[in-house]
Amino acid sequence: MTAPTVPTVPTLPTTPRATGRGWLRPALRSRRFAAGLALLAVFVLTAALGPWLADDPNAFTADLGQAPSGAHWLGTTQTGQDVFAQLVVSARGTLLIGAASALIATVVSVVVGIGGGFLGGLADEALSLISNVFLVIPGLPLVIVVSAYVKGGGAWSTILVIALTSWAASARVLRAQTLSLRTRDYVLAARVYGEKRWRIVLVEILPNELAIIVSQFIFAVIFAILTQAGLAFLGLADPSHLTWGTMLYFAQNAEALTSGAWWWFIPPGLCIAALGTALSLISFGLDEVLDPRLRVRKVSP
Amino acid sequence: MRYLLRKLGFYAVAAWMAVTVNFFLPRLIPGDPVEMMLARQAQSGPVEAGQEEALAAMLGLGHGNLLVQYGDYLRALAHLDFGLSVTYFPSPVTEVVGDAVPWTLVLVGAATLLSVALGLTLGTLAGWRRGSWFDSLVPSTTFLAAIPYFWLALLLLYLFSQVWGVLPLGGGYDETLDIGLSGAFLTSAAEHAVLPAATIVLSSVGGWMLGMRNMMVSTLAEDYVVAAEAKGLPPRTIMVGYAARNAVLPSVAGFAISLGFIVSGSLVMEIVFSYPGMGFTLLQAVQNTDYPLMQAVFLVITFGVLAANFLVDLVYGFVDPRTRQAR
Amino acid sequence: MSDDADDVVLRAEHISVTYEGERPTHAVRDVGFELRRGELLGIAGESGCGKSTLAYAVARMLGPPARLTEGRVVHRDRAGAETDLLALEGEALRSFRWSRLSVVFQSAMNALNPVTTVGRQFDDIFRAHRPRMRRPERYERARALLDMVGIDPARVRAYPHELSGGMRQRVVIAMALALEPEIVIMDEPTTALDVVVQREILDEVQRLRDDLGFSVVFITHDLSLLLEISDRLAVMYAGSIVEYGPAERIAADPAHPYTQGLLRSFPDLAGERRALRGIPGSPPDLREALPGCPFAARCEHAFAPCATTPPTLVPLAPGTSAACHLHTVARTGPRPEEGRQP
Repeated sequence: MTAPTVPTVPTLPTTPRATGRGWLRPALRSRRFAAGLALLAVFVLTAALGPWLADDPNAFTADLGQAPSGAHWLGTTQTGQDVFAQLVVSARGTLLIGAASALIATVVSVVVGIGGGFLGGLADEALSLISNVFLVIPGLPLVIVVSAYVKGGGAWSTILVIALTSWAASARVLRAQTLSLRTRDYVLAARVYGEKRWRIVLVEILPNELAIIVSQFIFAVIFAILTQAGLAFLGLADPSHLTWGTMLYFAQNAEALTSGAWWWFIPPGLCIAALGTALSLISFGLDEVLDPRLRVRKVSP
Repeated sequence: MRYLLRKLGFYAVAAWMAVTVNFFLPRLIPGDPVEMMLARQAQSGPVEAGQEEALAAMLGLGHGNLLVQYGDYLRALAHLDFGLSVTYFPSPVTEVVGDAVPWTLVLVGAATLLSVALGLTLGTLAGWRRGSWFDSLVPSTTFLAAIPYFWLALLLLYLFSQVWGVLPLGGGYDETLDIGLSGAFLTSAAEHAVLPAATIVLSSVGGWMLGMRNMMVSTLAEDYVVAAEAKGLPPRTIMVGYAARNAVLPSVAGFAISLGFIVSGSLVMEIVFSYPGMGFTLLQAVQNTDYPLMQAVFLVITFGVLAANFLVDLVYGFVDPRTRQAR
Repeated sequence: MSDDADDVVLRAEHISVTYEGERPTHAVRDVGFELRRGELLGIAGESGCGKSTLAYAVARMLGPPARLTEGRVVHRDRAGAETDLLALEGEALRSFRWSRLSVVFQSAMNALNPVTTVGRQFDDIFRAHRPRMRRPERYERARALLDMVGIDPARVRAYPHELSGGMRQRVVIAMALALEPEIVIMDEPTTALDVVVQREILDEVQRLRDDLGFSVVFITHDLSLLLEISDRLAVMYAGSIVEYGPAERIAADPAHPYTQGLLRSFPDLAGERRALRGIPGSPPDLREALPGCPFAARCEHAFAPCATTPPTLVPLAPGTSAACHLHTVARTGPRPEEGRQP
């Protein structure tokens, strides 16, 4: 639910190479990438280990609506639940939904984008049309309306609905790159000596678009997390599935902010922002590595 | 010309798809929506004859087979006959929507324009002077862009209206005033628009800025920019006329994607600020299972976005002369 | 064209350029040359020899990571006043650019702003340098310039993508001459064009030189072309000038083995049939320090000093010099250490 950056497409290699080898060390030299990775690691660790180490987030205690203290590091909710425990456990819920939606969206966009771009002709026109339509119809109203009609359904309906509204942008970018790659010499050569089409896609085209796919996946995760937060806030997500978004929903319903319980309202939002920032930094760091022109370089005298 | 016709055709298809999706959606509801709606309307007052038919046609659930239902639905749409709203009974839906549209248009329109102007300008400067302090703005705007709109909105609301009491608590205008072009009303409306607009701008300026900055950096390496420098043109001319003019193109092309996000974000924002626009109305409709209103709002929003996209495509055709060539 | 050595319009001395990086590349190594008023100086060499970098250095067009590590470039105007080009900054540099020295870039396709008309781009030049010209005057001048290079003046309203490659190259040349500069540096101006158009453009340039009297530094890898059009010629190899002198002399009696090898590599249309031979091997890696002569590894005449001592440019006859031990050891004993200008 934020205006995304206009994607800058990293320059693709003119000779085929797997982007896998030897990219990690130069990437780590980028401060942005390293910072983002570190921050992400914090969240991932929290999501993985948190629920075992923290208290029960749903346990009602007698300390109602208390400010942060030694017993409750981030205070308690209106019903006495420990906010810090909720925050930690929610990390897992948020990350899972974010990753799942993004994964589905990315897979669909890869199939539609690269498939359409590579096949060309009528198939491409049709797939491209579908992508553009999905792109242009505003996502959130559609999501709200669909969610309203399909009440319930748990986390999976949220995941699917988000994936449905976010695959199109990525598909368009991938299609454009595939069209460009299709005319490169090594792809043409592969076609000439009769390599099967699916093999060409898998072996020649996909590895060279890996950088873009990773970048799109990262942005899809950010988008999914923000959208899920918005949906939860509006009461359109499954409230029993604990995420930072649902925390905000409960906090708002209990009028946390207006009654001064900032410790309940602010942390979940900050976490979302921090996670989004971490992912963005990773993506920009990767961009810098792949497209040296983007590197911040001091102007020489 | 061909370019325009192609675009027009595309938007026609997109509009048709939106309309058709809207047609099928009510079928997802378990039970009979028409009965449900009538029952609810009956609670508020007597139901006129013919209401049932109109309602059924609108929801695409009238008599006859699928094709007949579809035809009735399209006819109802063409006549803008959405029926009466449940939430705002007995106002017709069209009236409710009509009241909400200007608020959204003004708020979102103004905030978007501001955000774009600011973002593109900052991005141009940041790209031009790469390595200077502008570039250090980038991580902060990234952070801003990762913040959920509504969270930021609530925070700002809390700070500015509760803690500091400078700006109003919500709504589009002071309820005691009449809507009109009076100075008092306009001032009140402006006051109430500051926070929502500020939230939109803060959240979205980062995206525009970053995109523009990256494109500027790429463009500055292009031959014609190097040539322009060799020609001894003043730096301002090069930055604007040669670099930015070319670097802005992907931002314009990508406006379509951005617009969808801006609209989505502003919907939630209206809800947070109880701002009487389309988003707020949509939420009311959802909370009251007011299907006719929901459908109408969805279609209006969609059509509005499609129209805006078409306008942007027109602008792009004007701004990049290479697209004007007949292919 | 004047043989008078006093009529030098541009003099470059000890130019060295390095591309910074993990392993810096020394692209231009202690190069100097003189350009006389009205003459066409050709600079020949294969890809990577540093000729374009040299041109950019002289035109103050170097950008990071390229850096001028030493050198001096002096412009002499008709009155004899000298300007150190490398010392110019800011506004002084901006107004010097294009009005005294202009550049025709390689692949003109990309040297034109794609989103504005050709006329507008001429306009930008005039507004930047001739503030007193008014709009109708600027418009007329642009049309006149297009006419001068053989393009229909009505094309002043055209966008670059609406013109063919040859036409765009002519437009770029017209732009380079817009302010009637004394010097025009042309970097591979015709390489991207087919031979017919190439010939037309070259004839056009010759004609313009006759009419307007500017000097040209013409850079290309096509030595045969240079032999035809240049007054004087410099052959570059691995960042240094290896031979320098009047074109006719070099064509008739090349002194440096590299030049000899180049001349042997293409057929002479009017001359006798002979076996063609290329030059085996490839140019050295400019990131390395080069002990001895950079051409030694590929030279069939290499002998004792070649591997250890770098040769310097030594005059062989009035106006001709070459950097080769074959010519120095045979003539004198110890060589002077400093490079000397011819």
